[in-house]
Amino acid sequence: MAHSGINVLFEGRNLIRLFGGLWTTVEIAGVALILGLLLGIVLGVLRTFPNRLLRLVLRLYLEFFRITPTVVLLFLFYYILPRQLGVNLPANQMAMLAFALWTSAEMSDIVRGALISVPKHQRESGMAIGLNRWQLYRYVLIPQAVSLELPATVNLVTRVIKTTSVLMLISVMDVINVGQQVVEANNQKFPTGVFWVYGMIFVMYFAIDYPLSWWAKRLDKKRLERANG
Amino acid sequence: MAKQIIKVEHLEKYYQKDHILHDINFSIDQGEVVALLGPSGSGKSTLIRCLNGLEAYQKGTITFNGKQVEPTEKYWQQVRQKIGMVFQSYDLFPNLTVLDNILLGPVKVQHQSPKVAQASAEKLLDQVGLRDYEKAYPRQLSGGQKQRIAIVRALALKPELMLFDEVTASLDPEMVRGVLNIISKLAQDANMTMIVVTHEMNFAQQIADRVLFLEDGRILEQTKGDQFFKQPQTDRARAFLESMAF
Repeated sequence: MAHSGINVLFEGRNLIRLFGGLWTTVEIAGVALILGLLLGIVLGVLRTFPNRLLRLVLRLYLEFFRITPTVVLLFLFYYILPRQLGVNLPANQMAMLAFALWTSAEMSDIVRGALISVPKHQRESGMAIGLNRWQLYRYVLIPQAVSLELPATVNLVTRVIKTTSVLMLISVMDVINVGQQVVEANNQKFPTGVFWVYGMIFVMYFAIDYPLSWWAKRLDKKRLERANG
Repeated sequence: MAKQIIKVEHLEKYYQKDHILHDINFSIDQGEVVALLGPSGSGKSTLIRCLNGLEAYQKGTITFNGKQVEPTEKYWQQVRQKIGMVFQSYDLFPNLTVLDNILLGPVKVQHQSPKVAQASAEKLLDQVGLRDYEKAYPRQLSGGQKQRIAIVRALALKPELMLFDEVTASLDPEMVRGVLNIISKLAQDANMTMIVVTHEMNFAQQIADRVLFLEDGRILEQTKGDQFFKQPQTDRARAFLESMAF
C-alpha cells in the first residue's frame, strides 16, 4: 500500500494545504455572495420601478454580466482594471469584486421576476389601504417575492460556488490551484495521485453544494404545498 | 343638509384609443348608499377604481370631502386612508396573519398605537364573527371568511366612504349571504356612506338609496332605489332588470 495513490493526501502537509485552498474558495464565494445578493435585491427592486431609463441601464448591466463568460470577466477585472483605471487590488479581492457584481446581476433578474409575479391584486389591495411605495414593497411585495425566489436563489449560490473553480486562472490559491500544485509536486512518487487529489476536491465541492441543492428542492416542494393548500 | 362626501364632475377615461367613461357626473352625501348597476363591461368597476385612484382618468375632477383631488400618487395615498375598498378577489396578504392584515394600515400608514389599533380590530372581528381566527393565515380561511376579513381590514382605517367592487362575485353561493349581511348592517347600523357594484339585484334593492345605471361608460339613469326597481326610467334599464330576474 505504500505507493497506493491515496497516500498522496497524507504526504507532508498536502491535506492541510488542500483544506487551506478550500477555505480561500469558500471565503471568496462567501464574500461575493453576501455583497452580490444584497446588491442584487436592491437592483431587482429598482428594475420594477416605472422609470424607463433606470430599467434600461439595469437591463444592460444584467446582460453584460450574463453574456460575458466568467473567465473573460475575471481577466477583464484582473488585467484591464488595474492598467486602465489604476485600480490595484490583490487577486483575491479582485475575484470577490467580479463575482459579487456577477451575482448581483443574476440576482436582480431573480428578484425582479419574483416581484412581478406577485399578483396585481396584491399591489392594489396594498395601495387601497394607503401604503406608499416603500411600505408596499416592505410589507407586501418583498415578503411574498422571497418565498417565490428562494429556490432560484439557492441554485444561484451553488452555481457561484462551483464557478470559483476558474479562479486559478488569475492565480488565486484556491482549492483547484493548490490541488494542481500537489499533483505536480508528487507526480514522481505517486503516479496515480492525480486521481486521488481531484477525487478529494470533488468530494469537497460536493459536500458544500449538495446540501444546498437538496435544500432548494425542499423549499420548492414546501412552497408548492403551501400554494396548493 | 347632509355633508357631501364625494363629487365627480365631467370624468372621462380612455384606455389608449378606447373611450371607457363618458362625462360622468354624480355626487354622494354622507350616509347615502349608492348601487352602481349595469351590464358587464359597462365601466362600473373602472369607475369605482377611479374613485380611489387605482385607475387614472384623463379629464374631469373628483372632489372628496370638499377638496378637489390632485391626481398625483402622493395625494391619493392620503385620500385612500379615508376610502375603504373591497375587491372581488379577496386579496388578503398571504404572508401576514389575519390580525396583521388588519393592523397594517392603521399602524403603519396612520401611525395608530398598536394596542389601540388591535383593540378596535378585535372589536370589528367580533362583529363579523371571526375573532377566533385572528392568528390564522389567509390560506386557512374559506372565501367568505376572507372576504369578511377584507371588509374589516378596510373598516379598520375608519373610512368615510366604502367602495365594494363585486365583492360576492367569486364566492360560493352559500357564502354570499354572510358577506352581504355585513354590508347591509354597515349601511343601517353604522350609517356608512358606500358605493356598491353588484350583480345581486335583491341585495341592491334592499340597501340602495339611489341607483346609478351605467351602460357603455355613460350614466343612463340616476334614480332613487325603490323607484329604479319598480319603474326604471329608461328602456335599457328595464331590459337590464328583466335580464337579471328569473
